[in-house]
Parts: sequence; C-alpha cells; structure tokens
Amino acid sequence: MIIEFLELFVNAGFWAATVRIACPLLLATLGELICERAGVLNLGIEGIMTAGAMVGWTAVYLGADLSLGIIFAALIGAIFGLIHAGFTVHLGASQHVTGIGITLLAASISYFAFRLILPTSTTPPKIKAFEPIEILYLSDIPFLGPIFFQQTFFTYLAFLAVPIVIWFLNRSPFGLAVKMAGENPMALEAQGINVLRIRTIAVMIGSALMAVGGAYLTMSAFNAFYFGMINGRGWIAVALVIFAAWKPERAILGALLFAGLDAYQVRAQQLAGAVIPYQFFLMLPYVLSIAAMVFAAKSTRYPKALLIPFRRGERH
Amino acid sequence: MHSLLEVESISKSFGDLTANNDISFSVSEGEIVAVLGENGAGKTTLMNIIFGHYLPDSGSIKFKGEKIPVGNTRAAINLGIGMVHQHFTLAENLSVLENIAIGNQSLLGFSIDFKQIEHKITKISGEFGLAVDPRAIISDLSIGEKQRVEIIKTLFGDCELVILDEPTASLTPQEVDQLFLIIRSMVKVGLGVIIISHKLDEILRISDRIIVLRNGKLTGSMDKANFDKSILAEMIVGKKTERPEKNKGKKTEKLMELIGLNISSNVGSPMGLSDINFELFGGEIHGIAGVSGNGQRTFAEVMAGHIRPDSGDLLINGKRIKKITPRAFMDEGVAYIPEDRTSDGVVGELSILDNGVLTETKNPKIANRFGFLNKKSSIKFVGEICEENDVRFQSLSQPTRLLSGGNIQKLLIGRWLKRNPEIIIACQPTRGLDEGAIVSVQKLLLEERDKGKAVLFITEDLDELLLVSDVISIMFDGKLMGPYNYDKLEKREIGLMMTGSGIL
Repeated sequence: MIIEFLELFVNAGFWAATVRIACPLLLATLGELICERAGVLNLGIEGIMTAGAMVGWTAVYLGADLSLGIIFAALIGAIFGLIHAGFTVHLGASQHVTGIGITLLAASISYFAFRLILPTSTTPPKIKAFEPIEILYLSDIPFLGPIFFQQTFFTYLAFLAVPIVIWFLNRSPFGLAVKMAGENPMALEAQGINVLRIRTIAVMIGSALMAVGGAYLTMSAFNAFYFGMINGRGWIAVALVIFAAWKPERAILGALLFAGLDAYQVRAQQLAGAVIPYQFFLMLPYVLSIAAMVFAAKSTRYPKALLIPFRRGERH
Repeated sequence: MHSLLEVESISKSFGDLTANNDISFSVSEGEIVAVLGENGAGKTTLMNIIFGHYLPDSGSIKFKGEKIPVGNTRAAINLGIGMVHQHFTLAENLSVLENIAIGNQSLLGFSIDFKQIEHKITKISGEFGLAVDPRAIISDLSIGEKQRVEIIKTLFGDCELVILDEPTASLTPQEVDQLFLIIRSMVKVGLGVIIISHKLDEILRISDRIIVLRNGKLTGSMDKANFDKSILAEMIVGKKTERPEKNKGKKTEKLMELIGLNISSNVGSPMGLSDINFELFGGEIHGIAGVSGNGQRTFAEVMAGHIRPDSGDLLINGKRIKKITPRAFMDEGVAYIPEDRTSDGVVGELSILDNGVLTETKNPKIANRFGFLNKKSSIKFVGEICEENDVRFQSLSQPTRLLSGGNIQKLLIGRWLKRNPEIIIACQPTRGLDEGAIVSVQKLLLEERDKGKAVLFITEDLDELLLVSDVISIMFDGKLMGPYNYDKLEKREIGLMMTGSGIL
C-alpha cells in the first residue's frame, strides 16, 4: 500500500499535472505580489480571477483569437484594479473591505454577464482552447519531456512571467519605484515621484496578472466557464505571497508545492478511496499549506507600508 | 558671493494654526545659514515649502534670481535644491544603490545602470568624505551611515543648495563632528547650506548666519561676527525660562532591583537586553543615556511590567515579583510614562475626562462595585489632575489628541501622581515638547524625587540628562554601563560610551 502511494511520485503524469495546476496560482500570486510590494493588499483577487476567466473564455467563444482572449482578460483585470486603487490609494479606504467588495462585485458581474450571453445552456459549452505544443527534440526526453516540454503555450507563458516579474522588480526603474512605494512612500515623495500614481499602476498591473491567471482555467485547463470555478485559488494566492516572502523567485516554489499536493490528492483518492474517506485527501493540500505557511512566514518581513494609505502634503 | 535662494514673504497655515507668517530670508553660495527655533516654530514647514512638499498660502521663492514654481518637488530638485529630511526617506529593505538610483532615472526606462550609479557614488563619497558601502542594505546601517546615504542622495542630483532638517537630532557627539566636516567640505565647493536645528550650541559652531523662528514668525537674524548666545536664546523662546536648579537628591532605600536580566531580541522586535543588573533607589533620579534603539525602550517596558524577561529576577521593595503584568506593577507602586505618549499613554480620540480615569476603573472613589463610573466624581478627579499639573484645555469633553504634546504629558503624569507611586519610570518624557513644557516636566520629576520617590529617567538629550540625574548609566547594544555619579562624567565620555567605543 505504502509503496503504491510512493509510486505516484515517479509518474510523469503526476508531475505534468502539477505544472499545469501551478499556472493559475503562479500568475495570481505574482499579481498579488506586485500589488503588495506597492503597499496595497488586493483581496479583490478571487473576483478578478473570476472576471478574467469569464472574459477570456467569452471572447474566444464569440470568435476572438486565443491570444486576444488573454489580452481581454488582462484588460478587465486592470479595470477592476483601477477601481480598487481608486478607493484604497486615492481615497485611502480600508484595503480589506474594498478588496472583499471588489471580489463580490467582479464575481457577480461575471456570472450575470455569462447568463446574459448564454441564457439557456445548462451544460457549459467548451471552446477550442490552447493545444499542447511539443517542443522539438526536448519533448522526446523520457520523463522530463512530458512534464516540461509538452505543455500549452499558456503554461509556458505563466512560467515565463516569473523571470519577467523578477526583472521588473529588481532591474527596471518602475519596479524599483513600486518596491519603494510599499516600503517607505516618503522616499518617493522626497524625490518628487507621485506615490499615488505608482501605486495605482502597480495595482492595475497586478490585477491584470490575476485575471490572466483566472483565464488560464477557462482557456487552457477546463476549456469552459463554470460558476464558482476559481474555488478559492485567489485566497490561496494571497497566502502564497506570504509563503514567498514577497519575492517572485519564491512564488514559483509555493505554487508548485500547493499544485503538487493538489495533484497528489486526486491520485491518492483513487488509490485509497475505499479505506480512507476522499474528503481527507481533499483537505490535505490546505492543511499542508497552512503548516508550510507557519514555518515560512515566521521569519518574513512585510513591506513596511503595506495597508497604510499615503496622503500627500500631510504631516508624517 | 552670488545669491542662491531668496524667500519672499512666505505664509502657510494648517487650519487654525499659522505655521509660517510672512517669512523672508536668503542664502548665498558657499554660505551656511541656520534656521533656529523650538519644536513647532515652523522651521520644517518652511523648508517643506522651499522643497515643494507643501504649497504656501502666499509668497514666492526665487532660486538664482528666477522664480520657481511652488508646490512642485520635482521642479525644485531639477533646479538644484536638495533636502535631507529629519526622518530619513529611505526604503529600509533596499540597498544604498537602489535608494539613490530612484531619483535619477526615467521611470519608463528599461533597466537601471547600477554600475554607473555606483561609480558616481564612489566619486561623491571621496570628494566629501561620505564613507558608505553602496551595496549595503539600509536596515543594516547605523543612523550616522543612513544620514550619509541621505546626503549622497541629495548631492547625486548635482544640487547647489542643500537643506538639512535637524541633522544632529539622533547623532552622537562624535558623529556630529564628522557631519560638520562634511558640511564644511560642501560649502568649500560653493554649495549653499541651510541647517535646521533647535540645538543652539551646535549651530553657533557651524553656521555663518542664523535666523530665528518663533510661533511661525521670523524673530531675528544674526551674522557670525555678532553671535551672542543669550540674545539668540531669548529670540527662540521669547521670554527667559528658568531651568530647574541642580541639587543633589537624598538617597534613601533600594526600591527596585534587577538581577541578571535577559531578553532576547527576535527579528522585527525591538532591541533585547543582556545581563542587566540594576538598582533604583528612593530619593534619586537615575538617568539612562544612549542613542535610541539600543534597548532603552525594552528596559523601560520591563521595569513597568509590560514585557516578561527571558531570565533573571525583578525585585520591588526587596520582594521578588512573579506576576508580570502592567496592572500588578501598578499595584506595587510603579508609574510608567511611555516613550510614545500619544499611542501608549492616552487614547487620542477619547475625551480628556475619559483619559483621566482610564487607569482608575478599579478606584472605589470613581467606579462602584459593579464597575460603573461615577461621572461626578470622575469630573472632580480629572479636574484636580488638570489643576494640580497646569494642564490647559478648553473643555474636559474635547478629544485628547487636540491638546499640545506638553499638556498631554502633564495629564499623563498627573494621572500617575494621583496614584501616589513609589517608582516612576519615565521614558523620553520631554521628547518633542516645547521649552516651557520641558521645564515643567523636569520640575515635576525633581519634586517627586525630593519626596523620596525613585525615578528612572531615560533621555537622549545629554544636557538634560546631566541637569536632572543624580546617577547615570549608559545603555549600548542592550547592555548597561554604570552607574556613575553625574559629576564624575564628562559629556564627551558619555558620548563615547553611547557608541560602545569607550567602556570605562
């Protein structure tokens, strides 16, 4: 029995699934990470992912190109990001309350619009989604080939986002301004840089990434839009940001860890379904995530200005 | 000498408060102009207007003969005005390099050329004697080093006028000497310097000209040739305030003792303490010197029962205290004047009345046995506090945050004195107060000492420390040195010990 549970780990299918499941989490985590590095907690993430999933899918369903679908998803994300920033950055409203509000708003609008577009359908129709691309020669490598080199374009894109975000935060002037906005906004103000503008743009970029993460589900995984399909992935991403200690290079680790647990529990359920109730396995990734968080978050350091609104010309 | 900056009749008010009232002055190339004044005199507001952080209500500013747009920081920087803020504007988790790079880049650029920036930093460091490692992370630097980073950041943009806001506030005497050398090297190459301070002695050493602000108005100006300390002091405070007179307290018995006390410092928490052995006697003010952040706050909180030590014993009146809670210490006769009075001392949004009885909810004169407060006796109680300690207010029901810092402090101390404490733990009790309030707080503490109470007095201001304390210990890096008799110590020696370099 134990041998069988361990054998799951040498199965290439398990690892390939882990990579796939990690993608939406990875994109959402990177998005949340950018927002928080700028000092803005974005709890609108769950709703923004729903909106991205819906808009990306609908665009393709109505005849748009797949890559255009991703762009539309990113746009809707940026729009909700702008709303979030309007309240939290410019008006200094509570980031928690506004975020929850954005989640409820974005999810409800998405479901409503979906019903308007498809009033009658009971089984959600599927679109022709991204197909796996086999990378020449590399995909033939035994074991590693199917895991890394037979994935869809969207999967490669999600993983490519990591080095881009690392470069953005560590090398580009704008990324540097984002980091400062989240650490000590006065440092920007003292250099004559508009903190509110930096934060707003960061939240919009981050929200666009979240929405693209949501679109992955409808355009490269399930190929259809369901109600409640984000299923807490946004909240997991908020936790993964802490796990990643606000560093993009560590986000990839957290996303893969959670995805691996998720992929494993599905397979373990099938093996032990009769002996152990399946709910136990469903619970597993979350319990282990909490455990990992406890250890990882112990020594991490928050961006100092996270949750603190900045008001210009006020006495600090 | 060419004129660099001309400020013409600047006025600015925040609500009812007039921070600047019709102020004009000028600075020339290669000149060091000091702006002197008490806290709240309007010095920082004036500088923030010159640098474009605030919009003035009226008036204009000329730089090199040309009018500059007001309320635009970017424009001020581009013209060549740089400012080193009192509270450092550095991002702690980033490197020196990154902190300096941000102001000198187009935000839309692709990638930052860190090599070139590092090169220029090294060049500026060499030219002005500003030693700093460009790759260090800010949070690892000392206060003096952080200030050097701020100055490099200012000079990096090729500025011609440097404004230094309270640059000596948290420096040791040695670091101040070093800073003054740097300032001298800046004016030597023709830069103009404005230095803001409320420390008269330092200002007399460094500046070419002094202007004085009081209550938002320009009260005088003086050239180096005519510097006169007592006239300047009068310009600053208006009327002469009498400092309390130094007389030695009469030491009585030991009231509090710490034996072998340790507290570890975790990530993100304040400085820990190591192997503290300390005695506090009645009738004595025991002063603790040290650059802030070396464990003084933790020390005060341990003595007030707010923090449980990892190991070691704490004795009050010879009795070992096991139950470590603020309430238990209060019942043992300990009063605690916290460092941050507005966040740890009073609740700003609550009325003066509520704050006055905040610690008295178990006082049978004020609360009945069901815990309800009696309004009449509360009003009488708080009225007495305010009268006895000269707390000035409009109405007992006004929010406490509207009081000035000095009045909040007097309310806080008065509330404690009502409990008739045996031991008073005062952590930076005069910080941020104006001259008048400082004197009354000092007098209150001295009076309590003369009644035989034990007072622990933590301060960063060495003049005040020497004036008030009977014995002095020095805290550095969580360790305590001393006690020394106040008349056995030179200011310089204390300064050395504050940096950990001169352990006697």
